[in-house]
Amino acid sequence: MVGSASLLAVETNTVLWGQTLIYTAYVLVITLLIGWFAIGVTKGSEARPVPSWVFYSFVGFLAVVGVSLHIVTYNTIPWSETELHRGRFEPTQTFVITVEDHEFALPSEPMNITCGETVMFSVTSNDLTYGFGLFRPDHSMIMQMQVNPGSANDIIWEFEEEGDLTIKSTEYSGPAGTNMTIPDVVHVTCDGSVS
Amino acid sequence: MTITETFLNGNENAFKPKSLTPMQKLSLRFVIIGLVYYAFAAIEGMIMRIYQVEQVGVISEEQYFGILTAHPLVGIFGSTYMIVFGAFLFLVPFLMGKPLWSYKMALYTFWLATVGTFVFWFDGFISHYAPLYTLYWPLPADFDQFHPLSGAIFIVGIAMVMVGTGLFVINIFKTITYTPEGWDPQPAGKLLASALGLTAWTRVFKRRKKTEEKEEHAVSLPVAAIARGSVDMALNVIIITGTGVLILVYMVWELFGSSLETTAVDSLLYKNWFWWGLDLVADGLVLIFVAGTWYLLASLITGKEVPMANLARLALGVELVVSWTVWSHHLLSDQSQPAMLKVASGEMVTAFELLTQGLAFFITLACLWSARPLKMTNELKFLLGGLLGFALAVPAGILQADVGLNRVLHNTQWIVGPHVHVAILIGLSMTLYSAIYLLLPILTNGAKLYSQKLATFHFWAHLIGGIGMGAFMGMAGLQGMLRRTIDVEGTFSEYMILAALSGALLIAALVAFLVNIVMTVGLKGALGIFQRSELDVKELLPAAE
Repeated sequence: MVGSASLLAVETNTVLWGQTLIYTAYVLVITLLIGWFAIGVTKGSEARPVPSWVFYSFVGFLAVVGVSLHIVTYNTIPWSETELHRGRFEPTQTFVITVEDHEFALPSEPMNITCGETVMFSVTSNDLTYGFGLFRPDHSMIMQMQVNPGSANDIIWEFEEEGDLTIKSTEYSGPAGTNMTIPDVVHVTCDGSVS
Repeated sequence: MTITETFLNGNENAFKPKSLTPMQKLSLRFVIIGLVYYAFAAIEGMIMRIYQVEQVGVISEEQYFGILTAHPLVGIFGSTYMIVFGAFLFLVPFLMGKPLWSYKMALYTFWLATVGTFVFWFDGFISHYAPLYTLYWPLPADFDQFHPLSGAIFIVGIAMVMVGTGLFVINIFKTITYTPEGWDPQPAGKLLASALGLTAWTRVFKRRKKTEEKEEHAVSLPVAAIARGSVDMALNVIIITGTGVLILVYMVWELFGSSLETTAVDSLLYKNWFWWGLDLVADGLVLIFVAGTWYLLASLITGKEVPMANLARLALGVELVVSWTVWSHHLLSDQSQPAMLKVASGEMVTAFELLTQGLAFFITLACLWSARPLKMTNELKFLLGGLLGFALAVPAGILQADVGLNRVLHNTQWIVGPHVHVAILIGLSMTLYSAIYLLLPILTNGAKLYSQKLATFHFWAHLIGGIGMGAFMGMAGLQGMLRRTIDVEGTFSEYMILAALSGALLIAALVAFLVNIVMTVGLKGALGIFQRSELDVKELLPAAE
């Protein structure tokens, strides 16, 4: 078993910022490429086949991108490792939560967490499929999981940032489930004191 | 001609519906109904975009979720399937040079899909049955929220579409393999092997002497793509219908006064089963049909054979196998899903789609490039739009099919914006529009497009509107906005206003396209399409005079 020290202090906003940057750059490049192609295909007087090296370079590029994406994220996004090797991580605190009739039943309100703690959320549904997500005060998501009835739904998470977090159901469970939100109920503190 | 005359008789009076064969009329009927249902889906989409900006009082939350349930189903089954049915029931006989196996069966497909779509749409509209297309167990059988009768009618509507789809698949494979009356016996086994890709794979593994001549493929590349996409369609029919029967059993029991225990069905196992079947649409037949359509369009636009055709056939075969093994990327946030499935199916096999779709993308562009200079026709510009759409949406999908990234992207507006809507509205719809612009003169015996300006507006408004809507939804998703929810507090209203404006541009594009088509064929021409043809059902195109 390893403790929380093995997890890097990379949080979800950093990951999404990086993804936005990479995807936006890609969108610009591919749009310009198609634009260039659209102009080029209407010009030229001599029809020539595409050289084979262009084809093989393209295929090689796709293969490298496809495989390396997951290797890179596994090595840079800390919760990838916790997800795929859950047995290696020992939670320092576990919150057992139940969901029924579109309502969360929490073990305590607020739920207090200290920065650097590796916490397990174990959520059980007694009727429908729900979701369980934690959100910052600015509404951005920290993490979420599906909550299936009849299955173990637990997630291990290390908290690195201070704040009062909101719990929301992240899965549709019928019109009755539209307001499954408990605001500011998870308190994360970084100075060791409980807010 | 005055505008009124053009409206009544079509542009330059060039469209003569009486000259159409029954097959031409049937294909046009499929396309017309497909476009009508596209308009349904577009209007529903616009209503939801407005509702995300301002929760207007005339629509209740229950109604909103009823619309959210019907919207993708009408878009896929009522619109895309109908247009695909119409195009492929015409193209397979056209490309193989023989009549459709059963005109009557094609008629059944038309009526079952048309009526079935209306049944589930109308039921959802009236009763607000809203378990969404995902049908996560046991929500479709939650009779505290939904009346069992409304659910039963909804399922019957879906089942009608599925039966029609099954008949389409039978018709396609029979048309490929049968021997028409008066013909020499056709090699059914060889045709089927070629259509399913066995011939292409045998070539890879079989040693061929240098002197031995290359064996010709028995069916063309587009027909092979249609056949392989139809395999996924058939499997999808089995899964959706099977699931429908399961849900229907619960509803019927409830209607007769006794409740069945929903815990009898394991929700995670059900989720795996249902996503396996559902993903055969999104990651299977759509990608395979689109690749085949790209090859056909590129070949018809350039008048040249598609280069690297054998490679394209192999890629279609790989795509078929990939489509059977990728479903787990929808369950990356399900904690009891085995990690092995998450990595192997959810991440690695899914990443293969980058390769298979990338190959189709490259081969299509190579075909076009090899024939330059080309004139920038409507079909060419919409084809390029379609290629761009998938070039944007497939990598977005690969990103979210990652264990780490999925933790913060799953069920957000990112999924449904840059991935789903860009794939469907830009990738798929622009490919279908390209096919419609190309096939219009063939299916109408020379109708002349009313306005190039309207067609150009259609292109740019659809492209900018579709990409814009996807982008603004995606930005909201990255800020934490969930899909399948209502932004009651207006937290993401800036993005939702911009997405609604982009949606309005899509509606304007659709209006321009419909006006152009109506003015091209005329009101009398459009009505004439629905009148019986005097010609023989075995004739695909009218005999040359």
